[in-house]
Amino acid sequence: MQYLLMIYLNEVEYAKMEKEAEGKMLAEYQAFTQSIISSGNYKGGDRLQPTSTSTTVRVRDGKILTTDGPFAETREQLGGYYMIEAKNIDEAIGIAARIPGARLGSIEVRPVWQYNH
Amino acid sequence: MTPDAIEKLFRDESGRALATLIRLVGDFDLAEDALQDAFAAALVTWRGSEIPANPRAWLVHVARNKVIDRIRRQRSFRAKEQEIVDAIERDAASDETTAPADLVDDMLRLIFTCCHPAFAPEVQVALTLRTVCGLTTAEVARAFLTSEDAMAQRLVRAKQKIRLAGIPYEVPGRDALDERMRGVLTVIYLVFTEGYLATSGSALIRHDLAREAIRLGRLVRDLMPEAADISGLLALMLLHDARRAGRMDASGDIVLLEDQDRSTWNRAQIDEGLALVECALAVKGRPQPYTVQAAIAALHAQASSYEHTDWRQIVGLYEVLLRIAPSPVIELNHAAAVSMVDGPARALALVDSLAARGGLKQYDLLPAVRADLLRRLGQHDEARAAYHEASDATQLVPLKRLYARRLAELDAET
Repeated sequence: MQYLLMIYLNEVEYAKMEKEAEGKMLAEYQAFTQSIISSGNYKGGDRLQPTSTSTTVRVRDGKILTTDGPFAETREQLGGYYMIEAKNIDEAIGIAARIPGARLGSIEVRPVWQYNH
Repeated sequence: MTPDAIEKLFRDESGRALATLIRLVGDFDLAEDALQDAFAAALVTWRGSEIPANPRAWLVHVARNKVIDRIRRQRSFRAKEQEIVDAIERDAASDETTAPADLVDDMLRLIFTCCHPAFAPEVQVALTLRTVCGLTTAEVARAFLTSEDAMAQRLVRAKQKIRLAGIPYEVPGRDALDERMRGVLTVIYLVFTEGYLATSGSALIRHDLAREAIRLGRLVRDLMPEAADISGLLALMLLHDARRAGRMDASGDIVLLEDQDRSTWNRAQIDEGLALVECALAVKGRPQPYTVQAAIAALHAQASSYEHTDWRQIVGLYEVLLRIAPSPVIELNHAAAVSMVDGPARALALVDSLAARGGLKQYDLLPAVRADLLRRLGQHDEARAAYHEASDATQLVPLKRLYARRLAELDAET
């Protein structure tokens, strides 16, 4: 099964992180990504720019409406994601728990819609 | 056979029959529907005649054929039809040789799936009551004080999640087993505590839930006797439940432990609980929380009266609990036990310190314990205020009546 692991964190808190701690975190992310590539679980993944760069788009009556900022203001923001292949939710949870960001924020594990159902 | 007897048999057998069917079919809903079909068939066939020697095997056999009927009718299963039919027929062929170990594994798979941590605790409880215990949706709804429709919805969503989120139908591996077993014990304990002291409503004790919890406890202990703390949990439930008859008077009012007629306690159940505590305490390694709580319950069960209870040892056991499983409720119980050894003044200091740290907010037990200590210290005005606070904080009618009684006693004394 495929799962999207969404990494949520508090951007404001994250931005306050010391340079040294951030460097360590990035190294951990690299090691983690490498490990799930080697294990064959990795399907994709990216870090996202902060929500201050985001734009929300709606189409109403054929007109494009854009809003500055994310769809909803929340305490934690989507900061990145991994798309993984896993045997079942237990394996997916195990992988999510190893994402370095899980110790700061939270990871939402969502199964990807399968059309052959 | 009477319809009532058939109902009872269904309830006893449905968990195990369902567990085997789900493994064969790989789909909760399909297995449940087929088992319902088999029950309907049994109601017709068994009435007025002898039941088969092995009713569960009969039910599984009939349900298996119903599954095949159903998947032939349902388009969504067409792709997997041959695979499922093959699995079912393979199993039918091996029917005579099915080892008891397979039945044990099927039941454990079902329990671990229902108690999966990807579900909210109340969903775990609802799924377990519905599928493992074989309660009807209406009965589960009553346990949650919600409508049958709302409960049916919740169960449908949970079963969808099993399928769509890939919750595995398996016994966890060795590395995860202890943690997952703790989750299972929590579910059993939640069923029991809701049955033992319902959080709302007028009935103080919902016997059926307590009974289901004990049945679940026995089942898990039979399936996995080596699981840490299962003996302790079963002992704890048996010992608490053994006092049931003494906990309520004829008018449905609460009788506190200190006033209970100990001759009403169920001695056979106490003996069974005591033997289990011994067995749980004999396990090597650090003491487990349910076992320590069971040891406390055992001391109460063995005492000839409230005064002649080994309070010193109970305080010691609460101190063990505070180290291994600290919680505000344990702190409060510890304070209550301390009052019996060192007097109410020292206990009040402990309770006030707990309150100052903000533990147990919106909970009636803290003001209730405080009120009792203040009453014993002769501080009647403060005791009155605390009883009012306790009464406002509970939704349980018998508890409100208990606090009202205490208030009336205080008024009579002054």
